[in-house]
Amino acid sequence: MTPALEVIDLSKSFGGLQVTRGVSLRVEQGERHLLIGPNGAGKTTLFNLIAGDLQSGSGSIALFGSQVTALPTHVRAQHGLARTYQIVTLFSHDSLLHNVKLALLGKSPLRHRHWGLFDHEKSLTAHALEMLDSVSLAHKANLPLAQTSYGEKRRLEIAMALAQKPRLLLLDEPLAGLSAQERETITALLQKIERTITIVMIEHDMEVALAFADRITLLHYGEVILAGTRQEVVSDPRTREIYLGY
Amino acid sequence: MKRLLRVILVVLLLALLLCLPALAGAAYYTNLASQVLIAALFALSLNLLVGYAGLTSLGHAGYLGLSAYTCAWLMMNLGWGHLASACAALALTTGMACLFGLIALRATGISFLMITLALGQILWGLAYRWSGVTGGDNGISGLTRPSPFGIDLESANNFYYFTLLIFLLVWGAIAIWVNSPFGVSIRGTKDQPRRMSALGFNVWVIRWVTFVVSGFLGAVAGLMYVYYHQFISPHSLSLANSAEMLLMVIAGGAGTLSGPVVGAALVVLLKTVASAYIDRWIMLLGLVFVLIVIFVPGGLVAGAGRWRKRLEQFWNPLKEKP
Repeated sequence: MTPALEVIDLSKSFGGLQVTRGVSLRVEQGERHLLIGPNGAGKTTLFNLIAGDLQSGSGSIALFGSQVTALPTHVRAQHGLARTYQIVTLFSHDSLLHNVKLALLGKSPLRHRHWGLFDHEKSLTAHALEMLDSVSLAHKANLPLAQTSYGEKRRLEIAMALAQKPRLLLLDEPLAGLSAQERETITALLQKIERTITIVMIEHDMEVALAFADRITLLHYGEVILAGTRQEVVSDPRTREIYLGY
Repeated sequence: MKRLLRVILVVLLLALLLCLPALAGAAYYTNLASQVLIAALFALSLNLLVGYAGLTSLGHAGYLGLSAYTCAWLMMNLGWGHLASACAALALTTGMACLFGLIALRATGISFLMITLALGQILWGLAYRWSGVTGGDNGISGLTRPSPFGIDLESANNFYYFTLLIFLLVWGAIAIWVNSPFGVSIRGTKDQPRRMSALGFNVWVIRWVTFVVSGFLGAVAGLMYVYYHQFISPHSLSLANSAEMLLMVIAGGAGTLSGPVVGAALVVLLKTVASAYIDRWIMLLGLVFVLIVIFVPGGLVAGAGRWRKRLEQFWNPLKEKP
């Protein structure tokens, strides 16, 4: 089977600082892949390279067998890539419903339409409410984003990403900054995601992340130190030395 | 209830606009109203870029100029008819907006502003220096107003109604556009361009289309401008004029449908009324702008909304804060 994501020998520098050094990564379809590494290991940079927010210096990226290395971000999204951000980047002046509807619009041919009220787009609204319901936010659909908690925003992020019916989902620290209870909510949400969606996740909460991951890649100073199954990576002494620190 | 109030307000406003020539009495006031509407057309077209796409442009007077000069030149030098020269002016200006968009949209923010400023100054320079074609500082004068369907627009009243019609058409078209799925995505690119690309929107194309539509509507306003004044000179393309348009948008409220109209009325009325009494009316304009920025930074329309809410709070203190 063609892998969901195949990164080969990817490099990226900002001036003299090389943040990604010859990274290769292969994620099978339906797999849950965890990226770990200390701060500054280049995990988010790798996400930005895969999503197209950054152009790589060298190397190649393929999504489901098709080369996307030179394609802009929005085309990669149309290839079935969706992501959440480490720092919440939502449409803060609008309602939760509006946010999810925009996510749906991005994948709908309706986005080319220049007439008709967006707010009255019934099919989008119904679908968006369904998505909000799946993250238990339907009752807050019409509230402006400013009146929601941080945890709710993170759930909204996930709802927006899933609304796009992605084939590959990049989750950048979905649990960061959440309370214990919110962590449980999000974890349950992530476990519910169907296996038709491949997931690559950056996460520091090892308890949750390890239970979730099939395979793990350890990054350090922009390099892949180690890649393998959960067992292999966890029991490797280098993981302890570089990342777990005990 | 709120909806009913809004409908009543709109009907009243329309009635007022329709009866204005009768109420005004003298042609002077009717002409003033036409000027306000034409300025509002400019502000509305610029607002698409500034308010909706979040791209502040300082070269919008260039569209006014190109459209007005093209129309005037074709009529005066080649003897083209009104319809043909108007269409040519719109086509040429829109074409130029396509090209300028390609150049200016390589950047956003302050760099975008500087590029539009430079492009606008090029057009101004052309109008000023290329005197063989543009008449230099003297500009082009002597063209007539069109008479669509045999209605003579030389009369102040008829011209006012014609301007009102164009204004309502443009306003309606913009209102529909910015609330359409595409229009909503324009606002999205203003707030979170990065997220918009990640969601699958082609941010660059959305911006470019907005840029071109803004230029086209600027050209429409330019035609009305040259028909009204029956004269065009480099002064109309100057940076001061671009800045004045931007002032209208910001003072009234960028990113709203009524803000640019309110701003245009404010600037034109202030200019006309104040300049009759004081020589340094530009200073007064500057003062008003500073006051607006300090006290109602979102513009008069947004400010009015806040005051209304405060009043409601005052009358119904028990009502929960939204």
